[in-house]
Amino acid sequence: MTRGPVDIGDPDRLYMVTGGRTDADDAFDLVTLIVSECEPTAGMQSEHVRILEICRHPTALVEVAAELKLPITVVRILLGDLHDMGQISARHPRAARSVAGLPETALLQEVLHGLRNL
Amino acid sequence: MGSATSELPARRTPLADDAETGLKIVVVGGFGVGKTTLVRSVSEIRPLNTEEVMTQAGAGIDETAGVERKTTTTVAFDFGRISLNERMVLYLFGAPGQERFWFLWDRLFSGTLGAVVLVDTRRMQDSWYAIDRLEHHNTPFVVAVNRFDDDTDRFTLEEIRQALALGEHVPMIDCDARVRSSCKDVLVSLVDHLYTMALAQEGTP
Repeated sequence: MTRGPVDIGDPDRLYMVTGGRTDADDAFDLVTLIVSECEPTAGMQSEHVRILEICRHPTALVEVAAELKLPITVVRILLGDLHDMGQISARHPRAARSVAGLPETALLQEVLHGLRNL
Repeated sequence: MGSATSELPARRTPLADDAETGLKIVVVGGFGVGKTTLVRSVSEIRPLNTEEVMTQAGAGIDETAGVERKTTTTVAFDFGRISLNERMVLYLFGAPGQERFWFLWDRLFSGTLGAVVLVDTRRMQDSWYAIDRLEHHNTPFVVAVNRFDDDTDRFTLEEIRQALALGEHVPMIDCDARVRSSCKDVLVSLVDHLYTMALAQEGTP
């Protein structure tokens, strides 16, 4: 198992990465797909540079977190920054759910089809 | 098989550029029941590990005079990925069943399609809490019994259903978490279950 900075016992670094903020932007789901809209530029924070590099192809938030070895909350904050600056775009999970919380049958059919073809 | 699969390229295979919809399924179960094995068996990438931390102001006991203490809870989980087609990608999360994990459930796994409860018949009690929590969160689930080689008692699925006090509506399936086709069957049974429920709800004749 890979171990993030939290386990190494260095939470201070996390506060540095996020500029002291701890409130994550919950707009980003674990499986929101992130896509870079620009190339990194000189002087950018290194984590932002890494995210822009990783997300040249669509990449889920959780994969970004695993690659950066940073907790989900921290990555949500970093993604929020980049999103506010228009440097990434986000493809959110389909929110369309029926009243009782089940996904639509059309979506489930597509999932079944994909699984059966594995 | 082990050595060949452990030499996957260090770079992740990127998703298709048209990928637009991420979906989630959570695999829950006690320690050592085979969650990571199941994820690895069906994932197109070598399973990755990540974590969520939650910081809370410490309660009275932890406080030393004038110093504010914070407690940090860390929940680590593995995940893998299955591209279902050019646009849809399914993420499988192997998550520990312990208490602190459920504290973060809504934050991490709201909107999940459903869950697989992986059961080891030698330690069925490890599953009770997870089942209780899933019911509480109204998350549809199936129960998959990971048949280990030394599972000599061979409880039948019906016996296990009774031991876990599962309603008749909860699908149960035998599996071998090491075998890809078996894990695929588990996922299909979950999504089939969801489909049946969704169909009934839409009131289709």
